Amino acid sequence: MSIPRSSAPADRAIEARARLVPVVSTLAGSAAALLPIVALSPSWPPFGLLMLLGWRLMRPEMWAAWVGLPLGLADDLLTGQTLGTGMVTWTACLLLVDLVEVRLLWRDYWQEWLLAAIAIALAILGAWAIASWTGGATPAALVWPQIVTSVLCFPLIGRLCALLDRWRLAIGKIRAPD
Amino acid sequence: MKAPTRNRRPGFSRRAQYGLFLSYVIAVTGIFVGLGLIVVSHVDPQGFGTLRAAALDLTTPVTSLGRGIVRGAGAAVDGVTAYIDAASRNTTLERELEADRRELVRARILALENERLRKMLHLVENRPRSVAVARIVGSTGVSSRRLATLDAGMAQGVRPGQPVRAPEGLVGRVVDAGMIASRVLLISDNASVVPVRMARGGMPALAAGRGDGSIEIRPLGAGGNPFERGNIVLTSGTGGLYPPDVPVAVVLRKEGDVSIAWPLADPSRLDFALVEPPFAGPPAVPATPSPKPSAKH
Repeated sequence: MSIPRSSAPADRAIEARARLVPVVSTLAGSAAALLPIVALSPSWPPFGLLMLLGWRLMRPEMWAAWVGLPLGLADDLLTGQTLGTGMVTWTACLLLVDLVEVRLLWRDYWQEWLLAAIAIALAILGAWAIASWTGGATPAALVWPQIVTSVLCFPLIGRLCALLDRWRLAIGKIRAPD
Repeated sequence: MKAPTRNRRPGFSRRAQYGLFLSYVIAVTGIFVGLGLIVVSHVDPQGFGTLRAAALDLTTPVTSLGRGIVRGAGAAVDGVTAYIDAASRNTTLERELEADRRELVRARILALENERLRKMLHLVENRPRSVAVARIVGSTGVSSRRLATLDAGMAQGVRPGQPVRAPEGLVGRVVDAGMIASRVLLISDNASVVPVRMARGGMPALAAGRGDGSIEIRPLGAGGNPFERGNIVLTSGTGGLYPPDVPVAVVLRKEGDVSIAWPLADPSRLDFALVEPPFAGPPAVPATPSPKPSAKH
């Protein structure tokens, strides 16, 4: 993980914050499943995955593709899915983004959203397939609303990642805005 | 905006090239490890029970606390609404109370008569005592399985496989038990099958979850589907897991050979649930191993 070059001397607290904030915010996204709501159908967007994609698309140099393994495992444990679901789908999403990204010369907001939407849809469908293979899952028709809400939530999560990013790197305080 | 990939391009540095390559090797290996975990979960659903239960123990206190706050806020709103039409509600409730009192006397007479008749028949009934009374604190809203979290675990005597019921009706059965929390497979999950019978007439059927909150009633008898809108379905006690005569669901509509029903115990409104021991001991192991042996009863 490399920290963008700063104009000010690196402060140790800010270095630690810069490393921890993305991980902690992704874990917090997974922990949103602990909110005390008893849901009758899978209607809740997978906030952990959205945070992961938000960070990955904004800071490609920050994480290697294997970061999906520990974060996905934590997501499985927090949300109670079959162990391995998050590990596989999250890492596959990161590899997919890597594959697409080296082929793109230019990137804008809409491309980023489209890429995230494809990754989210594949991850949710993958998790659904795994759930139906290991026990029982909802009918496929009930998965689509979750995909749609997740895709619509993604820009908000992207904004949240950008806010957190400015705070974690203390941009505008000790670093020049990039 | 330029695609920000330049920082990932290793350039001519051998060290950076190897580092990038190694990260992909780790990621792909990790995917295979994850697939292995999924296969293990498919073959042995209880395999990672300890790990899952430990995670459940760690996270449930957070959910319990939040549930209290949500319920508190809901109660405050209800309290305010109750004042708005207090007078008209008061008269309605008094009228209902009067009617209920008459019904109560009639029910007491019936209960006495029932007891007398049972004694005459020497019917011995060993109703199991409940294991624990616990609160339903949350569920998995992200996953496509329908599981709820209960704030009682091994310490209170809860074990995987025990049926869970509420005063309104059947809730499901325990699948994972941690020390202070456990996971309940709701009867509306696709993997859940409950042997039931119609309250009127006793026609046997199977109630299978559909994953969207409703339940499918498949009649076992030949010829026609007798389950009509408004019929109440009770557990039959067949298979020995669920105790008999627990209300399960009310039929909403008929769809050819099957009927669609809605659980009487709505998990999103429940606060307390009762964990009971399996009605007639642990279920017998079937001849062919299946991923969820107890679901087939």
